[in-house]
Amino acid sequence: MYRLFAIPTLIINVSIILLPALLTVVLAFYRWDGISNPTFIGFENFEKLWGDRIFWKALKNNVIWTALFLTFPIAIGLIAASLLMLVRRGRTFFQVVYFLPMIIATVITARIWQGMIYNPQSGIVAMLNRYGYDVRDPLSQTSTALYGVAVADLWHWWGFMAVIFFAAMRQVSQEQIESARIEGANYFQLMRWVMIPAIMPTIALMMVMTVIWSFLVFDFIFIMTQGGPAFTSEVLSTMAYRKAFYELGVGYAAATALVISLFGLTAAFFYIRLQNREDAE
Amino acid sequence: MNLVESRVTIIITYALLGIAAFIALFPIVLMLLNSLKTTPEIALSPLGMPEVAHWNNYANAWKGANFTRTFFNSAVLMFMTIALVLTTGSLTAYVLARKKIKSWKIVTVYLLATTTAPIQLFLFPLYFGFAKLGLINNIFAVSFVYCAIFSPFSIMLLRTYFLAVPKELEEAALVDGATPWQVFSKVYLPLVWPGILTVSLIVGLYTWNEFLIATTFLQGPESRTAVVSYFLLSGQYSRDWGDLMAGAMLVSTPIVVLFIFLQRRFIEGITGGSIKG
Repeated sequence: MYRLFAIPTLIINVSIILLPALLTVVLAFYRWDGISNPTFIGFENFEKLWGDRIFWKALKNNVIWTALFLTFPIAIGLIAASLLMLVRRGRTFFQVVYFLPMIIATVITARIWQGMIYNPQSGIVAMLNRYGYDVRDPLSQTSTALYGVAVADLWHWWGFMAVIFFAAMRQVSQEQIESARIEGANYFQLMRWVMIPAIMPTIALMMVMTVIWSFLVFDFIFIMTQGGPAFTSEVLSTMAYRKAFYELGVGYAAATALVISLFGLTAAFFYIRLQNREDAE
Repeated sequence: MNLVESRVTIIITYALLGIAAFIALFPIVLMLLNSLKTTPEIALSPLGMPEVAHWNNYANAWKGANFTRTFFNSAVLMFMTIALVLTTGSLTAYVLARKKIKSWKIVTVYLLATTTAPIQLFLFPLYFGFAKLGLINNIFAVSFVYCAIFSPFSIMLLRTYFLAVPKELEEAALVDGATPWQVFSKVYLPLVWPGILTVSLIVGLYTWNEFLIATTFLQGPESRTAVVSYFLLSGQYSRDWGDLMAGAMLVSTPIVVLFIFLQRRFIEGITGGSIKG
């Protein structure tokens, strides 16, 4: 009887996610334009990926993205959270403000950054140019496009980390903190030897999730640069999307999706282990 | 207990927290300010105050992105997704929390795994399958896709609320002859409503803001969501940034107002399950 309760969830989830995912695995070995009959071509899609310059560029960008998001938001989040621990008044206010960018739609955030900050006619960049500073729209330069997008993404992301780390720090036992204070630990020593070790499980989980999310990143790049200019901000997910819907290479896109999933899966393995370990306790 | 004694430290701390708050608010203030300015005014300086509030921008954006239609679409999609996630998810969360059945471990791991799956892993066959079945531009069909994507974390969140209900209540109801369905609907549901509310808010927020699925499956002018419609409006070559910022205000204001009033639930819902220790 009770098993029946889980049936609707499973039917929806299996038919929307699991079955199409299995079909993607099959499609990766076919050539298909989405309309005519698919042709089986074995490993040809993967061989083509191996020799595809854009694929390597996209993969490299995903790795750069992962590195950026494993360091900056986590470091800023930890600093902001530890500062919040020091104050009594205004904790809720600061948390709400830091969290606010997180709830605004990506399309909106992207357009604000494009139009009001980076834009050389209407943005802060234009204003700085008038004052004689030589700054350019980072999105239009091949060397900086990826970082321009990353800054906008980072802006909406770090507050989330700060709020999570702050919640974790508040659960650290008062006795531990007090005894460290009595022994004369200063702020930095307190963070280094008490707080950070105490919230290490949360930091570890966030790092694993960061790796997963960094290989899934799509919205910001698709909206702000479409992977351009000249594919310099392309990542695997925008590449797969372009192949499938603009270049009618669904099989090739499926093969790319499998590569993304491989990275995701490795991280997911650690994620599930961390989650289950907590459940067992 | 106070972590700091010195007044100077407190002042520096507040100064740093203030700088961080400034960074978080700066682009949002730019959106607000420039939503009331004309294009020449914006070109003059994005930081200047509007000489006169140009409310016309809002009317232009409303018309340009066809918000009468697309806001309605977004709202319908949002409520259908919330209803689907809550009905299917609360049932599953209940049995995962309370019933010891061997295969639950597999179900849990499967659900956790799907939260980490890239959308591209199932997007392409799903799209061509939907196209074959004539489900493109069908808001109802898309709410099932959202339900599949948002269910796993909703279930994990709801499960913690079901776990918090004392077991004795259920046992007493069963002794009195209640059916499993009655136990679920009469005993549990009234007690887990804070969890239901939190999940509704988060699923509503994610559905309203979602881009990738919406832009792929809902392309027709009559079925677009507000976010996709705004995306298309702002992607055109002629860029009147005053209108575009007004449109941005229109799409985000409902969400921001709701967030400020119910921030505790939002934050709890989005960060839920992330704190380990």
